[in-house]
Amino acid sequence: MIFKQLIKLIILMLALSSAASAYALAENPQQKGLRIAKEADAKDTGFGDFTADMVMTLKNRAGKTSTRFIRIKTLEGHNDGDKSLSLFDEPADVKGTAMLTFSHGLKPDDQWLYLPALKRVKRINSRNKSGPFMGSEFAFEDLGSQEVEKYHYKYLREEPCGKGWKCHVIERTPAYKYSGYSKQHVWLDSKEYRPVKVVFYDRKGSKLKTLTSSGFKQYLGRYWRPATMNMVNHQTGKSTILQWKNYKFRTGLSNRDFNKNALKRQ
Amino acid sequence: MIKKYADTVVKNRFLLIALSLLFLLVTVTGAKNLHFNNDYRIFFSQDDPRLQAFENLQNTYTKNDNVLLVLAPEDGKVFDRNTLKAIEDVTERAWQTPYSIRVDSISNFQHTQSLGDDLSVANLYENAASLSDAELEKIKNIALSEPLLLHRLISPDAHVSAINITLEFPKTEEDDDGVSHQADPTKQTEKVVASVRKLRNYINNTYPHIKVYLSGIVMMNNAFGEATIYDMSHLLPLALLLILATVYLLLRNVSGVVTTMLVIFFSVMSAFGLAGWLGIELSSPVMSAPVIIMTLAVADCVHILSTWITEMRTGKDKMTAMRESLRINFTPVFLTSLTTAIGFLSLNFSDAPPFRDLGNVAAMGVTAAFLYSIFLLPALAVVLPVRVQQKQTRTLTIMSNFSEWVIAHQKILLISIGAVAIALISLIPHNQLNDVFVKYFDERIQFRTDTDFIVDNLTGIYFVDYSLDTRQSGNISEPENLRQIEMFSRWLAQQPEVIHVNTITDTFKRLNKNMHGDDPAWYKLPETRELAAQYLLLYEMSLPYGLDLNNQIDIDKKSTRLSVTLHTLSTQEVLSFEKRANDWMEKNIPELKSIGASPTIMFAHIGMKNIISMLGGTTVALFLISLILFVALKSWRFGLMSLIPNLIPAGMAFGLWAIVNGEIGLALSVVTAMTLGIVVDDTIHFLSKYLRARREKGLNAEDAVRYAFSTVGIALWVTSIALIAGFLVLATSSFKLNAGMGLLTAIVIGLALVTDFLLLPPLLIKLDRWLRK
Repeated sequence: MIFKQLIKLIILMLALSSAASAYALAENPQQKGLRIAKEADAKDTGFGDFTADMVMTLKNRAGKTSTRFIRIKTLEGHNDGDKSLSLFDEPADVKGTAMLTFSHGLKPDDQWLYLPALKRVKRINSRNKSGPFMGSEFAFEDLGSQEVEKYHYKYLREEPCGKGWKCHVIERTPAYKYSGYSKQHVWLDSKEYRPVKVVFYDRKGSKLKTLTSSGFKQYLGRYWRPATMNMVNHQTGKSTILQWKNYKFRTGLSNRDFNKNALKRQ
Repeated sequence: MIKKYADTVVKNRFLLIALSLLFLLVTVTGAKNLHFNNDYRIFFSQDDPRLQAFENLQNTYTKNDNVLLVLAPEDGKVFDRNTLKAIEDVTERAWQTPYSIRVDSISNFQHTQSLGDDLSVANLYENAASLSDAELEKIKNIALSEPLLLHRLISPDAHVSAINITLEFPKTEEDDDGVSHQADPTKQTEKVVASVRKLRNYINNTYPHIKVYLSGIVMMNNAFGEATIYDMSHLLPLALLLILATVYLLLRNVSGVVTTMLVIFFSVMSAFGLAGWLGIELSSPVMSAPVIIMTLAVADCVHILSTWITEMRTGKDKMTAMRESLRINFTPVFLTSLTTAIGFLSLNFSDAPPFRDLGNVAAMGVTAAFLYSIFLLPALAVVLPVRVQQKQTRTLTIMSNFSEWVIAHQKILLISIGAVAIALISLIPHNQLNDVFVKYFDERIQFRTDTDFIVDNLTGIYFVDYSLDTRQSGNISEPENLRQIEMFSRWLAQQPEVIHVNTITDTFKRLNKNMHGDDPAWYKLPETRELAAQYLLLYEMSLPYGLDLNNQIDIDKKSTRLSVTLHTLSTQEVLSFEKRANDWMEKNIPELKSIGASPTIMFAHIGMKNIISMLGGTTVALFLISLILFVALKSWRFGLMSLIPNLIPAGMAFGLWAIVNGEIGLALSVVTAMTLGIVVDDTIHFLSKYLRARREKGLNAEDAVRYAFSTVGIALWVTSIALIAGFLVLATSSFKLNAGMGLLTAIVIGLALVTDFLLLPPLLIKLDRWLRK
């Protein structure tokens, strides 16, 4: 009696698992991860350009804080990565300093910095995308445009991620050289593909940082941008908060606003 | 009352054995809570201002916990393709070290140079195997002329080079299920050490021409644990062997040896079990407690068993003999245990928590030893089979001859011992304070030999950090501040104690040069605040992961850390350097003045601080012990006189120490208080027998001395030998704090025996009239 039930159960389980593996044959985790990344990218394509103001607050282990004000202009790239211009307003002694970045997929980014005190534009000849942005917990590679080809993807699971949202959890592994990370886990909400959370793992595979984004707002009825990005370093106890204000889309920026001469004009 | 107790013990022997075992079980289960803490910071109490200054500094900048991996190629040439390749390879692998947040070496040094209108920031070299001879020469020149590298990561002769791994140990850790829990620092250290040792083995196998040396804070912390393990496996068996041999020679009785062994084992087990229940953390000083407890426990056993056997030799059966022994010995064993425990408890006055723990664990051990020797020992002894040879030993005649000799030479002894005592005590000031923490480990511990090599060939392991605070956001770039920081750095570099100064001004000067087409004329500080701030921004935007500037500048750019590497200095030299630096800052850069913070500074102050606090502890212990003596001897005059033989041994020992060693520090500052409770035991035994003869038997002073010698002379002799042997075993510890403490304690006990045998009897006879008032 019991034996028969057991047989039934085993048959049922076999059936279930073969169904599951059939499903897996249709799309494996790598393919699913890549598909979602492409969909998310497609959803954010076509914004043209935007400008925004950013307040960056650094906090160390002792709880001391330090603030920087930066204006950002971004021009959407086609075939290549975005172009962006960062203008530093505060601290006062770096006011007028401007940074121009042409981000590329797998190639190192091009970067120029205009130093008003020296009245010169300097190209930063460095492959160090992994380094911190203005001493913050954000690395250049965290802030740069996230081209699809920059990572290998692997779909992990779907799970609730607060506010009644459901999220895809995707593991992505940097495909470019000189990254500071071994992998990242990204939580994308399944409806709008907003990046709610990213967990960064350092080169030895230890949990390094968590980025939590909140206050998402939709612009032009399509593009979602967060108001607050909080990056916490688990290893050093330091953290950085980015607060975004005055998002403006399709302001009419062009390539002419993103070259060496434009740097000095700011 | 005591007689009743003695009868009860013998009658209820089986019940007592059972109860003792129950007590053992209840106490020893606490051992499950025990864990070893190897962090050097435990030597400092939480409210130590210098520890706080150091912790604040570590919270502002990147932490100092590190492993220094030094590579020494056989041919003495670092700038050789093979060796450079090894450094590059090992640097990359070092990032895999658990908890590592930063790795610095000559290969990943962020070399800046100007290429046209570009600022290039890149590793000093890559792909070492493909470098040309000219490139090798160029890399060598850059490394050797870079102040950030020379004497820190590369030796001036370019014969050894270091890779520094900076670590950040989290306070809480997540397990595989993502549940966070309190981290165990000792386990974290072990993980790091296991990983870097694996790396060392990898280097040995892959690059057999390179020798590897390991040092740094983490390796030092690990050495505390390794020294303890070495001691446990080498010292404990030796101590046990010596103690059992002594007991056997005295008692000539196997079951006596067996019961003694059980008592000392149980005492140690109960003490550490109780320590576990009380939440005491194990540390290197605490781990000297097993030898100390074993040694002290044996004294109780010897007194009770030797009287018991003597009584049986006079023809009594073992029950009657035991009752008699307990009647005679209960009070002195109780008193000596009490005074010894008080001596150890006075260690609670110490500034260094591990010594408080040692005092408490030893006091609990002594108490447990007392309980086991008055309940378990007699019960076991009468249960076990025993055979006693009915023969008189020769020692008694030796003792009586000896007492005759002392009485005959009383005047000359009084004068000569007194003179020697005064002479030795007058030498005490010749001792010098010295706590060189690198030398806390002797050459049997690899950390010590590796560190010695590194200090001899590359850099120092001593350092002082100054956090220069300009008090306003971004003010570090102010030219006047930079000028003052540079002035201070220059002054520091000129001091004879200093090997290396790590200062941000060198980076500013280098950047200024880079910005002017690498023209050496521009190797100077930027002229305006804006320029300096913008250079810094440009530079910090160019640094890779883990190599940021937070190790030198705080996030608000208002303070900077100046790291000064020093030669291995004595405490006096550290203190004089510290004072000179403070005076210089006071005079030249009063606004930026800050206190130096580092383990070096902390250890330089701990010796003196501990001596001062232990003076209080010693006074309290002395007061309590004297009070006990007044009561026990039923005479304040005898109590007062007993201060002489109780205090003189420690005084003489420190004088003698000035001749044989001359360096005192953290560990030795607790010896006086600790030994007070032990040396007083001899006095108690001798005086109580003397007084019994004087009061009960009506003998005169000289005859009472003869009686005291004949009754306790041998026991004192034997227990002192056992104690000296026990502490001499401790003196062979690989951990110098324990070794010094053991040796000095052995000297004190030896001198106490000399005082009690040679000075106390003449004193008693000389002061007889005053004492009898």
